[in-house]
Amino acid sequence: MKNSFEYAALAPIVVLLGAGVFSILIEAFVPRTSRRICQLFLVLGSLALSFGYVLINATKTLVGDPATNGGQTHGLRQFAVNGATVIDGAGLFLQGTLILIAFVAALLLAENQVDPQGDAFAARSSTLPGSEDERQFTAQGWTQTEIWPLFLFCVGGMVLFPVANDFLTMFVALEVFSLPLYLMAGMARRRRLLSQEASLKYFVLGAFSSAFFLFGSALIYAVTATMNFGQVSIALENAGQDTLVITGIGMIAVGLLFKVGAVPFHQWTPDVYQGSPTALTAFMGAATKVAAFGALLRVFYVAFGGMRWDWRPMFWVVAILTMLIGSILAVTQTDIKRMLAFSSIAHAGFLLLGVIATSASGLSSSLLYLFAYGFTTIGSFAVVSLVRDAAGEATHLSQWAGLGKKSPVVATSFALFLLALAGIPLTSGFTGKFAIFTAAIDGGATPLVIVAVIASAIAAFFYARVIVLMFFTEPPVDGPNVVIPSWFTKIAIGVSVAVTLLIGVFPQPLIDLIVSSGIFAS
Amino acid sequence: MTAALIGLPLFGAATLLLGGRRTNAWGHFFAVAMSASSFFVGIFLFIQMLGRSGEEREAGQHFFDWISVGTFHVPFGLHIDQLSMVFVLLITGVGTLIHIYSIGYMEHDPNRRRFFAYLNLFVAAMLLLVLADNYLLLYVGWEGVGLASYLLISFYQHKPSAAAAGKKAFIVNRVGDVGLSIAVMLMFVTFGTVTFEGVAAGAPEAAPSHVTWIGLALLLAACGKSAQFPLQSWLLDAMEGPTPVSALIHAATMVTAGVYLITRAHAIFDLSSTARTAVVTIGAITLLLGAFIGTAKDDIKKGLAGSTMSQIGYMILAAGLGPAGYVFAIFHLLTHGLFKAGLFLGAGSVMHGMNDDVNMRHYGALRTAMKITYATFGLGYLAIIGVPPFSGFWSKDEIIHAAFGQNIYIGLATLLGAGVTAFYMTRMMAMTFFGEARWEKGVHPHESPATMTAPMLILALGSAFGGLLLMFVGDIEGWLEPIVGIGHSDHAVSNTILIPVTLLVVLVGAGYGWMTYGRRPVPVVAPEHVSLLTRAARADAYGDALNEAVFMRPGQYLTRALVWFDSKAIDGTIGGLSAAIGGLSARGRKLQNGYARSYALTMLGGAVLIAFVLLLVRL
Repeated sequence: MKNSFEYAALAPIVVLLGAGVFSILIEAFVPRTSRRICQLFLVLGSLALSFGYVLINATKTLVGDPATNGGQTHGLRQFAVNGATVIDGAGLFLQGTLILIAFVAALLLAENQVDPQGDAFAARSSTLPGSEDERQFTAQGWTQTEIWPLFLFCVGGMVLFPVANDFLTMFVALEVFSLPLYLMAGMARRRRLLSQEASLKYFVLGAFSSAFFLFGSALIYAVTATMNFGQVSIALENAGQDTLVITGIGMIAVGLLFKVGAVPFHQWTPDVYQGSPTALTAFMGAATKVAAFGALLRVFYVAFGGMRWDWRPMFWVVAILTMLIGSILAVTQTDIKRMLAFSSIAHAGFLLLGVIATSASGLSSSLLYLFAYGFTTIGSFAVVSLVRDAAGEATHLSQWAGLGKKSPVVATSFALFLLALAGIPLTSGFTGKFAIFTAAIDGGATPLVIVAVIASAIAAFFYARVIVLMFFTEPPVDGPNVVIPSWFTKIAIGVSVAVTLLIGVFPQPLIDLIVSSGIFAS
Repeated sequence: MTAALIGLPLFGAATLLLGGRRTNAWGHFFAVAMSASSFFVGIFLFIQMLGRSGEEREAGQHFFDWISVGTFHVPFGLHIDQLSMVFVLLITGVGTLIHIYSIGYMEHDPNRRRFFAYLNLFVAAMLLLVLADNYLLLYVGWEGVGLASYLLISFYQHKPSAAAAGKKAFIVNRVGDVGLSIAVMLMFVTFGTVTFEGVAAGAPEAAPSHVTWIGLALLLAACGKSAQFPLQSWLLDAMEGPTPVSALIHAATMVTAGVYLITRAHAIFDLSSTARTAVVTIGAITLLLGAFIGTAKDDIKKGLAGSTMSQIGYMILAAGLGPAGYVFAIFHLLTHGLFKAGLFLGAGSVMHGMNDDVNMRHYGALRTAMKITYATFGLGYLAIIGVPPFSGFWSKDEIIHAAFGQNIYIGLATLLGAGVTAFYMTRMMAMTFFGEARWEKGVHPHESPATMTAPMLILALGSAFGGLLLMFVGDIEGWLEPIVGIGHSDHAVSNTILIPVTLLVVLVGAGYGWMTYGRRPVPVVAPEHVSLLTRAARADAYGDALNEAVFMRPGQYLTRALVWFDSKAIDGTIGGLSAAIGGLSARGRKLQNGYARSYALTMLGGAVLIAFVLLLVRL
């Protein structure tokens, strides 16, 4: 077998990982005062360049039969690195979505105006919380630019994750994007103990789930003697009845379901969402969900697509549990970040409907849902980072009372995000939900859709409650203030609002783009 | 160019509404300028159209795809043809005159700017209504004029009666609008398109029952907008608005939108005799009902409103006669637009001189005090009762003629209507301009300023010669024929007999009116002991009472029942369910205990569950 490395096809990933390496060099050699600005240029520049390569790949003339590509004659459809990765239409769409989300998230991470002490990350995370060292570094105004290399590696791993075409590459990508996340989760400037606890929990449980994934891959390899998705799929046509295969599928599912935050592998979500710096929560909530669902869809559409009759009931159970438990538990949350975390669990349940559909429309509706959900999530956490009092962010729900009177613009955009999360028409949330429910019904999962609608109804309650709280309640006397952020956050929120509205009102161009990007290559 | 017709007044409305107080000083002139520019654009297009031959006079302009979902496509396009053209000229022409008149009439009103903004808005919406190339876009204009009408009826917001009248008009119109939306939906289901062209092309192949239902739904829409029975009750209350509004919207243009709709949808009505019969019946009922109400009103504007209902009844009736009547419906619409606007402006001028008193029993002998108003109102009077050669004669006679061709009873109804019209108009004339002065103390009638009398004079000329011009110089029949077609039914009664008979009936009506109100003194307070019929007419033929008994009371009971059901049954269920979910949620939170070890245990349990389910499936 001739070794090959298709640079053009892999350029979006290479650019980001290369920029990550370069970013470390900046940390080493650039004076501390100019690091931040250098890192920002590098991060935003490399994201833009990477997105440019995605666009170039997406517009290349197709090599091969257009019939395998939804009839489209454009868009790359190529196996790279001896089949370890596959660049196809759906993969390119996921990469593009991830990079756009990362770009908006980078703006949020760069925000240093809302907190008088500096950005969202600890001045020096090696210092003990509450120690004299910590106070000193904070007083001197240190900022930790090491988050930028971590961020770039993380995005690089995420962009590789949904285009990985064998279990080993997928595992490597999983670790490449997970490890920086664990680290960054523990680096909050405020409430550092909570942040470090979140980081540790995320790491321990993440390692636990990775072990499942790896062991599952090993079992599949033991039966099929290959890691490659396409070859696994062919091998399983003959060996599909093996108990080892079933166990392997189950364990791989556990690993991936942990990443998407599905019940009963969801319990890290609220703790980590709450403890992490909010800007990071925004990134994690949006991008991890996109990357992990991209990978989950690919594994279960391509590698295990032929065994769908075996794994579908398992996903039914998980989807029902996820939708109901996510929605029901969100009802009694009193912390806005925890509430959004449970809401993200419920959304993972809705997205599982797209996996269960196992059809072209299931894939396209999932991609639409992910795109819409990603931006709404970023926007909503961005707003959370603006409501502050002297101790930092004011995340208790009671503190949000009467926010609509203090800051109508911010409260209105948050209300829009909540409406989108609830799936109200004219927002992107409705478009996504409608598409995915339709695909599920066409795939014969009508009972699941009924559960999903019930869960949506329950969820509507707690979204609406926040809106009522913001607009129809008198503000408390010593309530928090809405801080005026720099342009970074303003742009991030503005883009999220625009995407949420645009996809709600004019979804057709995006739907056309997704449908034209075709199905997974196998 | 066509877009400029709508764009100019729309721009005017936007400027005045968004510009706020800054435009107070010159806003009304700007509004007049916008309306007048629109009129000149209309004239320009008209001359262009004259230069082309009959078949090539239609022109469409496609702007963009307004709605494009699946197989449902609605273009945003304008379409101008001979039928739209006459409306464009009527709306912008009469509209501009009334704009000018309003400069004088609204001179002392603190909200003058807002008034002119709404007038411009109305003109724009009405033009959209007649220029749209599909039913859905027409619906936008339809709602736009409804909005403008609502805003202008309740323009004197401080008066509760005006606010109530605005609401009433809005709600009654909703009933009609439901008809239009049902019609549009049925069209989409039946033809897969809502463009005029597509509907006309698809109608012959469609199921006859569908076509009939579409026709009836369109008729319901027309009833709402044109104040036809049984949705007529709002028009009389709409007189609460400023008089120029009554003249423009509630006499000359908006209320005739129903006639436009039926004529525009002739492809539907040509195919359904049931729908046509319904249209004729509604028209006949309303023309008699409106005239009947007009006979007993002491409020000069309400008297004219009853008359408007009645005259639109004529038009609707004519439109229901099919190809034999469309042309005359539009013909009468045009002449009516001229003379009724003139009459309303005359009434406004009288009110202007009488300190806004509308009670005709307080008028009398105004012919010397207000000479110009007397003359212009008099010409309008001669036109409406149909004295040759004034304009109403030509159009109304053609309708009566066509009605007799259809059915003797319909014909007799139109004839009777003509007689009653002559009676109540004579009564109005006599009570206002003749007899002895019954003015209240402190009232000094005077002629209105030139900005008001000039439009009145122009409209009076129109009332006098408009019919002649349209009939013989403009050849209205030949003009409209390519659009609506023309058909001559077998006329049971020839015009040589009919014209003298009609004139005789008119003479009897007018003579009786003169004997009752011109020769005898008119009591200042309306007599209380009157016949049942007079009482019925004074109470708007019990239209409101009927609405109240049939719709409002049962509606209230239904609402109460629903509220009870909602609070007991639905809220109870929801309350119970939400309490249950809240309880579940509170209990479920305990699982989220914060210990990583127990989370890991849950994950392990989950893994076992997944393995179990997967293996279970294999069994």
